[in-house]
Amino acid sequence: MGATFNLWKLIKWTLFYILVTFIVVVSVFPFYYAILTSFKSGTALFQINYWPTSFSLDNYFNVLNSGSFPRNLLNSIFVASVTVILALFLAITASFALARVRFRGRGLLLLTILGVSMFPQMAVLAGLFEVIRALGIYNTPWALIFSYTIFTLPFTVWVLTTFMRDLPVEIEEAAIVDGATPWVIITRVFMPLMWPALVTTGLLAFIGAWNEFLFALTFTANNDTRTVPVAIALLSGSTQYEIPWGNIMAASVIVTVPLVILVLIFQRKIVSGLTAGGVKG
Amino acid sequence: MASIELRNVRKSFGMVDVIKGVDLEVRKGEFMVFVGPSGCGKSTLLRLISGLEDITSGDMLFDGKLVNALAPSKRGIAMVFQSYALYPHMTVYENMAFGLTLEKGHAKEEIRQRVEKAADMLQIRQYLDRLPKQLSGGQRQRVAIGRAITRDPKVFLFDEPLSNLDAALRVATRIEIAKLHEEMNQVTMIYVTHDQVEAMTLADRICVLRDGLVEQVGTPMELYERPDSIFVAGFIGSPKMNFIAGDKAEKYGCATLGIRGEHMDIKNDGLWEGTVIHTENLGADSYVYLDMGQEEPVVVRLDGAVTYQSGTVLKVSPQDERIHRFDAAGKPIR
Repeated sequence: MGATFNLWKLIKWTLFYILVTFIVVVSVFPFYYAILTSFKSGTALFQINYWPTSFSLDNYFNVLNSGSFPRNLLNSIFVASVTVILALFLAITASFALARVRFRGRGLLLLTILGVSMFPQMAVLAGLFEVIRALGIYNTPWALIFSYTIFTLPFTVWVLTTFMRDLPVEIEEAAIVDGATPWVIITRVFMPLMWPALVTTGLLAFIGAWNEFLFALTFTANNDTRTVPVAIALLSGSTQYEIPWGNIMAASVIVTVPLVILVLIFQRKIVSGLTAGGVKG
Repeated sequence: MASIELRNVRKSFGMVDVIKGVDLEVRKGEFMVFVGPSGCGKSTLLRLISGLEDITSGDMLFDGKLVNALAPSKRGIAMVFQSYALYPHMTVYENMAFGLTLEKGHAKEEIRQRVEKAADMLQIRQYLDRLPKQLSGGQRQRVAIGRAITRDPKVFLFDEPLSNLDAALRVATRIEIAKLHEEMNQVTMIYVTHDQVEAMTLADRICVLRDGLVEQVGTPMELYERPDSIFVAGFIGSPKMNFIAGDKAEKYGCATLGIRGEHMDIKNDGLWEGTVIHTENLGADSYVYLDMGQEEPVVVRLDGAVTYQSGTVLKVSPQDERIHRFDAAGKPIR
């Protein structure tokens, strides 16, 4: 009896890890292949192999020295960072009102915010283009910051509102009795308690802004104002008939690495922040 | 250092009237306890005094000055919450100093002295560098009280501060609060509880609330000896006062006769007869539950450990001078 039981356990264990391996391979393979390609050069690009055969950093040098790519990288960093800061600032203040201030039409407003986020980008593209032209920010980073903030806010506001609603009311009331204004309550009492939510939503907003393509393509017109995803798509080879796969892959890796690093830094914060609550017994 | 006056204060939440016209005066330096069953509005009344809720109509005066629209922090109050409500990300010191740092004109050194003085009063000085999560429930509640003391308030508000503590800690903290009241005898204290033992032991005066209205205000002994209604009579005192209706009450010329368990004697020639349902033995005293054909069993309190077999028939008599007589409307006949 004991032996069959162990055998069954072993089979279950094996099947479980086969499944895990399968999922990991399927989800990681595209990235792995991109990295692999980025280290190849010349005609090696067109040979299919699954293990590193040659190693060269030529593609990386090419990309970083070619025209406006470094500039595009800085654009992306600027646009994504400002979007995150702006979106978090607006979302924190908005969610404080939505979670804690009683006013007429609060539920309707929350539903509208959620409804707005359902529209596909394509549907609002034309309208947004008009707004951006009217504001006179076409072909500047502000056009992207403006449109990304609009598209990030519904999600950010919803997450932060839910989170803020769960913070104990007594803490806020204690702060009111202590003489804190709403601004002091938000910045000195609530924000330290909301780090996990802020980091999570901020990170997602950053990734969204960093990878966005359609708006970035539409609202910018020349190389100096483009962000990285568009720049990568428009990378051209030495002739019209050559697609510079090596450079594209190298650029993609350069673009992805900062995101991976950000997630790795902050994921520890997310976990440690969640346990810092502790109000009652 | 403030007297508080409420004049016909009302509070409604939407269509629901919670406080239905309360007139009340809390004297300077007094320890006033609001007591009543859940939903009677006692916490709401405290929150109205604190300013966390606005009053719907009526007037609220601190030292004769109207404070209806004054923000909580401008009223000179400090509040201790049931759930402690400490700032989880701040150390005990920062928690206690937070209010003072927000007020302008306090030097760092002054703040430190005030926090340390309050910490010494409550013996929490060794915890000043810790975070709330590193403290036990009792310690947290003392920090919350310390935070209130540091602000040097004129009025101290307690909202059921002991109900999250276990029984032993509750008694210890109760004594601590009583000591605090002696030391800070200039400070007016208002204390909300549903525990009538806390009310009896702490209060200078008790305000019994029922359904958004003041039922009776008086010293603990006044409420115990001369309740103004059947409700107060039943609410104050443990075990609960026995109410006897029917023929037995009519003989005394009232609709309901109230008699406390400690004011009844078991005698061979007792007036009433009842069957023992159950005996509770508490060591120092015992409660004997008798079935006398009333709606609820009648409780007789006896000194020492006494046990009666269930089913035993006993004869009891009330002490005539301790009888409370109530008319059909529940008002006392005196």
